[in-house]
Amino acid sequence: MSTSSRNSRVPALAALAAALVGLSLALVFFVAPEDADQGISQKIFYFHVPIALTAYACFGWGALKALLYLWRKDERYDLESYVGIHLGTVFGTLTLLTGSIWAKASWGVWWTWSSNQLVLFLVLFLFYCAYFMLRFSVEEGPRRASLSAVYALFGVVLVPVSFFAIRLASDFIHPTVFNREGPQMSGTMFATFCVAWGAITVLAYVLYRVELAGKLLDQHLRELREALA
Amino acid sequence: MSSGEKYLAAAYGVIFVVLLLWVVIIAAKLTRLEREVGELAERARERRDGD
Repeated sequence: MSTSSRNSRVPALAALAAALVGLSLALVFFVAPEDADQGISQKIFYFHVPIALTAYACFGWGALKALLYLWRKDERYDLESYVGIHLGTVFGTLTLLTGSIWAKASWGVWWTWSSNQLVLFLVLFLFYCAYFMLRFSVEEGPRRASLSAVYALFGVVLVPVSFFAIRLASDFIHPTVFNREGPQMSGTMFATFCVAWGAITVLAYVLYRVELAGKLLDQHLRELREALA
Repeated sequence: MSSGEKYLAAAYGVIFVVLLLWVVIIAAKLTRLEREVGELAERARERRDGD
């Protein structure tokens, strides 16, 4: 599918994202019941967890595109990998901020170093923050694209480690909502979570396409400027 | 407003502010691209008139 035909769907997808976010907020505040233990602050969960999952997905997407770049050496994959990782850090920032607020509300502290999942997510986030330092310290060209791609691929190893840390290390601080018995919440809560997850996923895809379109336009303009010079 | 409600409002507020910031950055970029396209169009017109 061509870039222009993909971009033509962006306004419709943006409208869908807006509708889903609106529906999610209505479900979170007017339908989903209040948690018996944590009270109203538990409602942070409905956006915090989908945002964290989206951050993982963006890092994974960035690594996949990095692999495709190393394989095919097409500049477009480098750009797609960069945009994926950039969005991953935006969603990672949101995960850390909303998680920290939720931690203060539930545990009385903004951060705890004794939770493996928290620390591993921070390591993953800082690893990908360093990606930008590496990328912008090397002159633009195939060398920069290859170095960035290799770095992005190394980082993706941390994604499953961070995701499964809570289950592997018996983390008692960070709650485990999804385990082998299924989601540990009521049907209404789970439905609200699924809608919010869908909303964040569609929103992330729209942000990805808009940012990528901007980067591609920037690239084409540079080529045009060189041709007209 | 209870403390739980304050934290909930803060968490959703943070999401809103970060997304708004993203829109501001993209809008600034779009403005720059628009200006650059205008400059290139002007240059192309000058070149055509020169020929």
